[in-house]
Amino acid sequence: MTLDRTDRAILNRMQDDLPLVSNLYGAIAQELGISESELLSRLTRLREDRVITRFGPFFDAAAMGGAFCLCAMAVPDEDFETVLTKVNAHPEVAHNYERTHRLNMWFVLATETAKGIGDTAKAIQMETGIEVLQFPKLQEFFIGFRVAA
Amino acid sequence: MIDAKDRQIIEALQGGLPFVPAPFAQVVETLGMAEDALLSRLAELKARGVIRRIAAAPNHYKLGMTSNGMTVWDVADDQISELGTHIGALPFVTHCYERPRALPDWPYNLFAMVHGTNRAEVEEKRNQISAILGGACRAKDILYSTRILKKTGLRLKTNEQVKG
Repeated sequence: MTLDRTDRAILNRMQDDLPLVSNLYGAIAQELGISESELLSRLTRLREDRVITRFGPFFDAAAMGGAFCLCAMAVPDEDFETVLTKVNAHPEVAHNYERTHRLNMWFVLATETAKGIGDTAKAIQMETGIEVLQFPKLQEFFIGFRVAA
Repeated sequence: MIDAKDRQIIEALQGGLPFVPAPFAQVVETLGMAEDALLSRLAELKARGVIRRIAAAPNHYKLGMTSNGMTVWDVADDQISELGTHIGALPFVTHCYERPRALPDWPYNLFAMVHGTNRAEVEEKRNQISAILGGACRAKDILYSTRILKKTGLRLKTNEQVKG
């Protein structure tokens, strides 16, 4: 799969905040100088190729009375897949990355209540027998996540 | 806080918007409300910060950003607010947070995500952060991501799961 200039322009535009209008794709297509049907077929292909993992509203659990928390575990290599299955089975695990460190599994819990973080971390700890370290944010210095395509 | 109608809307949209003309009109078919009413509810949720933005989440790896480094730093507590603001403003830092240390294993309290097309590029950016932190930084490390294990975003439990 290769991305042409139009694909890249679409990806850059789609990472910025989009308007809440009925004719959402038509408005974006017009900005990009392509037809709505071309935009929709390219978006469909980009999602099929998993270049776009998700499109839609990004919700802030904290603003709903819930919470987010980054967590980490030191998982022995031989148990990695078994532990992964148990961790990912929790719907509260919003994303999860393998990283190069003794603490090699890093995931974000998103829960509807602040208490849900501790409860889920405790449940994962019980199920896996591995300590779940919690790193809640104390201060946020920037939020403007965007990758140039 | 959110009410029952908001919750229903969030449940309908957490999987994402369809790639069809008038996507909100398709969503309201399952919600039993008018499209205008949905759009104004969504605008309200956005004004309250429940919705941060409407956007696409790309797969960095597929965009050639194959090196993803979580740089972590042990920064003097009395300087972290000022230095964190500085680091967070760097154009190549996508997320920057102060988080608690987990002593003795984890002395780091500043986390800054840096992406690049290769590790050399990430290291070079990391050196720029290091230069800014200077003597206020006592220890540092970098954790590269080697695999996406899950990426679904926030999921509300269905009522059935909550009862169970």
